Amino acid sequence: MIHRPALGRKLADRLVKVVSACGALLGILALAWILLVVIQKGAAAINWEFFLHRTLPTGEPGGGVGNAILGSALLVGLAVAFGVPIGLMVGVYLAEFGRETRLGAAVRFSANVMMGIPSIIVGLFVYTLIVVPTHTFSGWAGALALAILMLPVVARTTEDMLQLVPNALRESALALGSPRWKVTFHIVFRAAKVGLLTGVLLAIARISGETAPLLFTALNSPYWSTTLNGPVANLPVTIFNYAMSPYDDWVRLAWGASLLITVGVLALNISSRFILRRSSHE
Amino acid sequence: MAIRTKAGEQRKGDRAFRWITASCAAVVLLLIAGFFVRLVLSCRLSLARFGWRFLVTSDWDAVAGQFGALSSIFGTLVSTAIAMLIAVPLSLVIALFLTELAPPMLRRVTGTAIELLAAVPSIIFGMWGLFVFAPFMAKYVEPALGRSLGFLPLFRGPPMGIGMLTAGIILAFMILPFISSVMRDVFQMVPAVVKESAYGMGATTWEVTRKITVRYGVRGLVGACFLGLGRAVGETMAVTFVIGNNHDMSASLFAAGNSIASTLANEFTEAGGDLYPSALVELGLILFLVSFVLQVLAHLWLKSLTRSMGAGL
Repeated sequence: MIHRPALGRKLADRLVKVVSACGALLGILALAWILLVVIQKGAAAINWEFFLHRTLPTGEPGGGVGNAILGSALLVGLAVAFGVPIGLMVGVYLAEFGRETRLGAAVRFSANVMMGIPSIIVGLFVYTLIVVPTHTFSGWAGALALAILMLPVVARTTEDMLQLVPNALRESALALGSPRWKVTFHIVFRAAKVGLLTGVLLAIARISGETAPLLFTALNSPYWSTTLNGPVANLPVTIFNYAMSPYDDWVRLAWGASLLITVGVLALNISSRFILRRSSHE
Repeated sequence: MAIRTKAGEQRKGDRAFRWITASCAAVVLLLIAGFFVRLVLSCRLSLARFGWRFLVTSDWDAVAGQFGALSSIFGTLVSTAIAMLIAVPLSLVIALFLTELAPPMLRRVTGTAIELLAAVPSIIFGMWGLFVFAPFMAKYVEPALGRSLGFLPLFRGPPMGIGMLTAGIILAFMILPFISSVMRDVFQMVPAVVKESAYGMGATTWEVTRKITVRYGVRGLVGACFLGLGRAVGETMAVTFVIGNNHDMSASLFAAGNSIASTLANEFTEAGGDLYPSALVELGLILFLVSFVLQVLAHLWLKSLTRSMGAGL
């Protein structure tokens, strides 16, 4: 029997506990530091002009990011319109038909891999696919890039949520003679409603702050966007351009836009978490 | 008779439904293949002109039409390495804190904070990095490192704040939530009975962790690191803000550099002519292949692990 002094072991244990608590604290502090800076610097930029005016050229005082807010909402809305229905259908296939099939396994694996592909590559892909043939940066291209980013996220969460629905529910509906699509959309979807909503909200949160895929697709524009056939103003690229500029006014606007995006993304995250928790308590 | 027709129609409807969802699923496969094909087609010019030399030369001269990926590859490797060196141990202790040490109340707060850190968009990390963290590094951290470790070439040179080291540290904070959440799942897969028997023999928490939990889950921990690596390699905006965007390679971590993703983000929209964009797309192709391989390896690894341990990750 090897005897080791208890004091040394206890000290080592205590030390590791302190170190690991410090590590966790460091993570929280990083988040708090970022949030504090963004709130403090962003709040100074927010006023009516910020929301209502468009971005102005250098030298002209004032100006806001109203056009970029509108453009971002448009791009994200369009991406949801493209990405969510297809993502839901992929999820339906994976959960309802493809649990054991080879296509199912391949798609599930590819969706996982696709979630880890850098978003700038998606931007580059859409650039070569749409921007080069049409000879213009466009809102359509930007929305498509965002939709592609959403697709695997929506698909995988949909699959997970549908799999939670007990099979007995499907079987009883099928036994009553309803067709498969009716069982899926009216019974299974209704049972998994909250989970599906959470998945979509999280996917929206993920794409709302994405900048890299928009750089070569929607680009940016100083005007109110009246068409999606040309460059469309959007918040992330505006932040990028303005932050790198030497003008204090523009940097201030970039901070305001950062605050807007951060609040939006975190609110979506927290609310989806809240919805999920409340429904699982019921 | 009427009933039979209806049943037949219903079967047809079901088949159509299955076929529609399956074709949507196939879109995912087509997209992955599409990434590869489109990128290869769009960089033919650069592939033909430079061949393998593209990977090993570092000239980047748009005027002379000379392009080489080496400095971008070098920057990607260095910034990723710094990020992994910081993020892996930190994620390990955070995962440990979340599974073994924290009281339930603290566990929830910490867990939520780490997950929200993952939700903060890259560009916000970039803003914070450029305007707050880089000056902080230039004023406090880099001078201190230069004084104490200045005998190493790694920590020489003027402390500018913008550069490889700052980019690496910010990357570390961005990938930390991903690594620690997989590590936490791995720790939770360790059967409680195994841990409890060790506790029963009088082991301390640290001893249980080191000898039971980590050893049991070591393959999962490796998989978690691979996933983090895959993220770090392609992170774009935060790195572009703070890395300095310079095509020179330097031994000093304080010096400005670039990464594949930051070069793309900075130069692509301004690239004129045919060869320049083509060379940039080839950079993108390299990044795509690297991150694709990393993701495939990580997922295959974790999948085989899940199968052998018989639990869901």
